[in-house]
Amino acid sequence: MDVSLFEELKKDVRYIEGLTSCINCGTCSAICPAAEFYDYDPRELMNQVQASNEQELETLLKSDYIWYCGECMSCKTRCPRSNTPGLVVMAMRNLAMNKGFFVESEKGRQQLFLKRVVVGWILNHGYCLYLEGIGTDLYPEQGPVWDWRQKNWDGVMKRLGANYKGDGSGILRKIPDEALAEIKSIFDVTGGTERLENIEKFSKAKAKEMNIELTDELMNDYIKHIYTYNSKQEQPNER
Amino acid sequence: MNDNGKKLIWENYQKEIAEDNYFYVRSCVRQNFLPGSETAFLRILKEELGKNVYENPAHTTCTGIGYHGDVVPLETTMTVVARQFALMTEAGYENIIPSCITSFGLYTEILDTWHHFPEIEERVRKNLKLATGREFNKPKNLAHASDIFYKFRKEIGAKAKYRLVNKQTGEPLRVVEHVGCHYSKMFPEKGIGGAEYPYVLVGMVEDWGGKVIDYPERRHCCGFGFRQYLVKANRGFSISCSHKKFESMEPYKPDMIITNCPGCPMFLDKWQYAIAELSGKTYGENGFGIPVFTYEEVAGMLLGYDPWDLGLQVHQVSAEPLLDKIGIPYDPKYKYSLEDKTPGQKPEYPEILKCMA
Repeated sequence: MDVSLFEELKKDVRYIEGLTSCINCGTCSAICPAAEFYDYDPRELMNQVQASNEQELETLLKSDYIWYCGECMSCKTRCPRSNTPGLVVMAMRNLAMNKGFFVESEKGRQQLFLKRVVVGWILNHGYCLYLEGIGTDLYPEQGPVWDWRQKNWDGVMKRLGANYKGDGSGILRKIPDEALAEIKSIFDVTGGTERLENIEKFSKAKAKEMNIELTDELMNDYIKHIYTYNSKQEQPNER
Repeated sequence: MNDNGKKLIWENYQKEIAEDNYFYVRSCVRQNFLPGSETAFLRILKEELGKNVYENPAHTTCTGIGYHGDVVPLETTMTVVARQFALMTEAGYENIIPSCITSFGLYTEILDTWHHFPEIEERVRKNLKLATGREFNKPKNLAHASDIFYKFRKEIGAKAKYRLVNKQTGEPLRVVEHVGCHYSKMFPEKGIGGAEYPYVLVGMVEDWGGKVIDYPERRHCCGFGFRQYLVKANRGFSISCSHKKFESMEPYKPDMIITNCPGCPMFLDKWQYAIAELSGKTYGENGFGIPVFTYEEVAGMLLGYDPWDLGLQVHQVSAEPLLDKIGIPYDPKYKYSLEDKTPGQKPEYPEILKCMA
């Protein structure tokens, strides 16, 4: 028999730790930065989760709603009952990833960008960020000093005491191949690799459905779309 | 003001910080954005404080941004962190100091999870052994790198050549302190002063001569939000958070901002540029921004290190107005020098935000 979504959610340690005795006071919504800038209300989310309605949960997991939280965990500090809506959100996102529901929402589809870029850096270099060549075309707010840094990447790194791509210890050293192999092996053993394959599989099916080209290259039409598209953004000609 | 009550509360929020012999794990964000702070941390720890600190070249990211970006599963992240513990154990160390706040928060969360769910710890041990052949002891002491500077703030202050004081007026500088969310919001008892009265940076500022500003949005997130910044379509969230903080701190006329998180100083620096270029608004004096520093940059400046050795030139907001206020000397000619330390090519100027050459 299929296990219900709720049964699966309740197995996640972050759900167990995150939701114990919510009194729906709304303190989390008062402190939540995401609630300030998005149409988002963690109190409402906790309310819906507690309703234990299987259909409602599936709808939620397929929606943008679970992707607004910034995981600052300010809610943990303020909750008078020691709940953590942020942890519940993380458990819900995990379930949405496992089930492939993430591709059904605009914000959820962005996970492919994060997978290809951040996990690419982790597995190829051993760092969560590896920014040589990542310029102001993608991150314009980084500004002219960042442009200067990109032009002089090696020189600035050496000037500031880094061991860029070097052997031994130090800043942005080359992580030894054996260490990278161990990280890959950890991904294989713990479900990380399966997660990454699932993200690709579900995204490719969705791209086909949306008729947007998604190739194995890092950048392509689908990636550009999910990286930039914001249906809530005011279009310049609407001003 | 009688603040005895506050002092009593603070006494309940102190934490144990190891005296010496640290296993150091680096921050991915700082290595890319603020390498000078990573360099300064070890220099001050070794040369000024005489501490023993060891870095194993085979340590890696903790996967924190991947974990909080919800692409790396918890099970994977826990096992990668267990591998860092294994490297620590194999090197004969018991005290671990991550320089990243997200790593510190994640290590704390994982140790807490294992404490409440020993079966998860057992599973991670088996998975680590299976994947790498390694075994580990849990650290006896986990402290963030800023905790170490807090612990030895008086020693650093005693060696300092300068103080956080305006040399013209003799008044303490007005300092905004910004503590990274994952330092103590999740586990208040693991941060100095907890989440209500985080004292880790306040202690440094006060002992080094400055005055901390209390302002309404003092504890607001800088707005990184992981996926909220990394994906361009979501970045409005990120700049809005920082904007809210700047608007809130502006009436208090801060001379500078000090931070203990890898991402926050970068965001609070770069978003000032973006806000200026988008809206024309600047928050510092005379069209400049408010300079934003890491605690190592502040310590290094006060100890008399060359500002360009600390990496202040990689900030978008110019640090010179603050250096001038304190009276710290610097040579503009060498600001953009590279490894051979000859004068280098300068960056472009922003259109609105005023910057020093």
